[in-house]
Amino acid sequence: MAESTNGNGNYRVIGTRPIRHDGVDKVTGRAKYGADYAFPGMLFGKVLRSPHAHANIKSINFDKALKMPGVKAIVTAADLPEAEDSTQQVGEAAMNPRYLSMNILAHDKVLYDGHAIAAVAATSIHIAEEAVRLIEVEYEVLPPVMTVDDAMKKNAAILLPKLRNKEEGDHPTNTASHLQFKRGDVAAGLQAADFVVEREFNTAMVHQGYIEPHNAVGLYNSDGHGTIYCSTQGAFDVRSMCAQVLGLSVGMIKVVPAEIGGGFGGKTTIYLEPLSLMLAKKTGHPVKLVMTRGEVLRASGPTSGSKIKIKMGCTRDGKITGAEVWMAYEAGAFPGSPVGAGAMCVLAPYNIDNFQIDGYDVVVNRPKTAAYRAPGATNAAMAGETVIDELAEKCGLDPIEFRVANACKEGSAQIVGPPYKRIGFIETVEAIKNSPHYKSELKGANRGRGMAAGFWFNAGMQSSATVNIQTDGTASVITGSADIGGSRASMAMITAEVLGMEVTDVRPTVADTDSVGHTDVTGGSRTTFATGMAVYNAAQDALKQLKERAAKTWEKKPEDVKFEDGKFSAEGDGIKPMTVKQLAGRLARTGGPVTGRAQVSTGGIGVGPAFAATCVDVEVDPDTGKVQILRCTVAQDAGKAIHPSYVEGQMQGGTSQGLGWALNEEYFYDAKGTLRNSGLLDYRMPTCLDLPMIETAIVEIPNPIHPLGVRGVGEVSIVPPPAAVANAIYRATGVRMTELPMSPPRLLKAMLENRRAHDLQAAAAD
Amino acid sequence: MAQNEKTNGKVHPAKKTRVETTINGETVEFLCEPRQSMLEVLRDVLELTGSKEGCLTGDCGACSVIIDGRTVCSCLMFGVEAEGKNITTVEGLAEGAKLHPLQQKFLEDASLQCGICTPGFLISAKALLDRNPNPTEAEIRYALAGNLCRCTGYDKIVHAVLDAAKVMQAGG
Amino acid sequence: MRKLTGGHDRVTVSGKNLREAIADLDRQFPGIASQLLDDGDIKASIAVAIDGEVGTSGVLDTIRENSEIHFMPSIAGGT
Repeated sequence: MAESTNGNGNYRVIGTRPIRHDGVDKVTGRAKYGADYAFPGMLFGKVLRSPHAHANIKSINFDKALKMPGVKAIVTAADLPEAEDSTQQVGEAAMNPRYLSMNILAHDKVLYDGHAIAAVAATSIHIAEEAVRLIEVEYEVLPPVMTVDDAMKKNAAILLPKLRNKEEGDHPTNTASHLQFKRGDVAAGLQAADFVVEREFNTAMVHQGYIEPHNAVGLYNSDGHGTIYCSTQGAFDVRSMCAQVLGLSVGMIKVVPAEIGGGFGGKTTIYLEPLSLMLAKKTGHPVKLVMTRGEVLRASGPTSGSKIKIKMGCTRDGKITGAEVWMAYEAGAFPGSPVGAGAMCVLAPYNIDNFQIDGYDVVVNRPKTAAYRAPGATNAAMAGETVIDELAEKCGLDPIEFRVANACKEGSAQIVGPPYKRIGFIETVEAIKNSPHYKSELKGANRGRGMAAGFWFNAGMQSSATVNIQTDGTASVITGSADIGGSRASMAMITAEVLGMEVTDVRPTVADTDSVGHTDVTGGSRTTFATGMAVYNAAQDALKQLKERAAKTWEKKPEDVKFEDGKFSAEGDGIKPMTVKQLAGRLARTGGPVTGRAQVSTGGIGVGPAFAATCVDVEVDPDTGKVQILRCTVAQDAGKAIHPSYVEGQMQGGTSQGLGWALNEEYFYDAKGTLRNSGLLDYRMPTCLDLPMIETAIVEIPNPIHPLGVRGVGEVSIVPPPAAVANAIYRATGVRMTELPMSPPRLLKAMLENRRAHDLQAAAAD
Repeated sequence: MAQNEKTNGKVHPAKKTRVETTINGETVEFLCEPRQSMLEVLRDVLELTGSKEGCLTGDCGACSVIIDGRTVCSCLMFGVEAEGKNITTVEGLAEGAKLHPLQQKFLEDASLQCGICTPGFLISAKALLDRNPNPTEAEIRYALAGNLCRCTGYDKIVHAVLDAAKVMQAGG
Repeated sequence: MRKLTGGHDRVTVSGKNLREAIADLDRQFPGIASQLLDDGDIKASIAVAIDGEVGTSGVLDTIRENSEIHFMPSIAGGT
């Protein structure tokens, strides 16, 4: 890397709050999201979905549907090439192509309510909807397996007949894998404890809840090239996954990332994209598919519900001596829950010498889970952070002091082994301790305060960037990172900082897969980190070339040219300093255009671990169990906040999703395995009225491996809230909740049971 | 053939109706099928894609428009009901290149992340400020409770409405 | 991995890059290479950290005297 301004130095642009470059288009309705695209001759697609949670498909007959006026084509799994049944590198993720194909269009079985079976293209969306109803499918209905308990039973119905795990040998199973992390001697560790807490948690499946449903517009040329416009977090991933499913080579597909209306991990995979290309190919017309909200909830990728059993012990002066965790996560219809991440996050902030963590990935008749903001970590924190709260209470210690006493620091071993580099866990929980919120007194009946911490690895991976110097001395910066939260503004800010320009003189563009080098998904809190690093390097590359041009102009050596305060200068008579603007006017005469470029491969996970801590004050209605959030503060280590407003935005957004997860959100299936709350009225996300202002404290402990000290910020804030709310509810009501969501009926039931137990105790004492 | 008649699985698209209405101050004429919602008409017939589809059941507010002074979910209204009405969409908030104070404050206060809910919020906030120029935080939250945002946690949105109200009160 | 190394969770190997280290590991514990490699390259489901940093050149990642190597499950993208 060129000059590393590692967290020190005074920046001119970085750390300020300019208006984002795509902002005006977004507040005027001009910005084009995936569903806003229209092309001449475009057809509309609709998907036939299974009404059954688990069934064999005996036959599909779509003759009637095809004969309907206006219907142009119908596709099923029969139109897909054979897919290999193995774990492969598809794009940057490890996945099984056969399962991916089966999820796009069911092969011989349907595995969840909403599983796609066929897709129709017609001249109007209404005709397509009518046609879908005319497709005849014969099902052999099988018993639905809806929970990890049901799936792991001895004689459970088997979802995937070929699924095996190493431990069960050749025995059909619903447990896709078992992983284990061990250190020291957990039995001895728990023996040595003065206090031991043992709890079992059950958390419900929840959805990312992006307001924009999935969409795709497919175009197909007779030369075999296809184009997909879609709202996605990763155009290159869409390209490689579609190529895999459709049996095409990656170079035959171009993916244009439209503006995206929220993703949170749910738009890092494919659903409608291959269908749009298949239908475009069959009809010779562009085809648009958009999911309804019901389809989004039934058939995209929520995150796992889970069962977590945890036993933790500590000495009476608050040192954790041992921890045992058993976690089973719902993978949905195909393997791939985030149980591994959950297992690596559950005790991540703490230095524990003796532990054993067992994680199980279990298939159930629910939609295949997809990533959701720090996948797996929120479930784990609900268990870990509430048990820690209990232990702290038993020791008579403040919850923050207890955590600091057991905290990981630079050099502490992570769960998986490698030592942490410089991290900000202690600083983050202390930011809560020093916050006006935590210092204030909470008065009143039925009120309580709780706090919790959270960890996420943050990813690195690959990104590419190009910086072009325009003839008027402005710059364009091109990346392949879909902008889901304002990242393109940060890219422009980094470019402006390096080149001594105003941020308004830099135009950021998010480009399609033909126009920019390979760039991994916008996710894993990697964008400002890795794409930011690529942009920094590309801008430095452009700067180096500009110095060479200035040197050429002055007949000096490049190393004699200085760049300071936006001006190039050198020693010598008659040499007047030049700005980038002035130099830009001479580029054609000094060698041609200047393009800076860079590509980075920053490694996988853990390139800038981040911690968050949340403190919440609640009031619980004793008659209804309704929880009101009175006050909320979130602290997070951002390394270096490039655009503080958007860092705050990520913290507030993740927190509000965590609060919804804590209090109201859950998937409700009936006995037949049909999703009963597939709409936003009954899948209850927080509204404006449910939340107070969310106070933020950005902690900046620079990430030693990034030139600007950046740590990813997008995810970790969703991790602590459910545990923080549970801890607050305990102080308000005396009840320790072990279920998510802590919705009014559940909390009321627990409070009434608690009251009854106390009344019985009091009566017995009399 | 009568409108919408079903015969042996054949559905004849309903005969389109001619509708005349006022959108963002301009007289607009369009043809639409009786089964098309106002949202569909705005997006697919009139190419005004600023209003967004989030749920089609009136729960998210992304499709909000103002009809004769009232905030309405355009997904819950038929296109043919627009006849004779006065409609404002997000495309009509700015005056030429001059942004409405709400739009300006949303940008300055970083009140949007993905931006998909923004048109709906701007509409609901405008309708609020038109009838209550000096709302409290509680009144703002109440008025915007029908608009869902998943990215921001609403904090910066509420701030932007408070800030815009101040600007508008001062004559901006 | 512990099961494959007969209960040892820390083992010593030699080699100047990961490929050589895994070959040496396989000599000490036959069969382990097939658990870690697919077609000569690290399996997609496994991440390798050398001295605390996750490698980017697969089996060609260099290791030094006294380097610490950790094999971990790969966390897919995640967001």
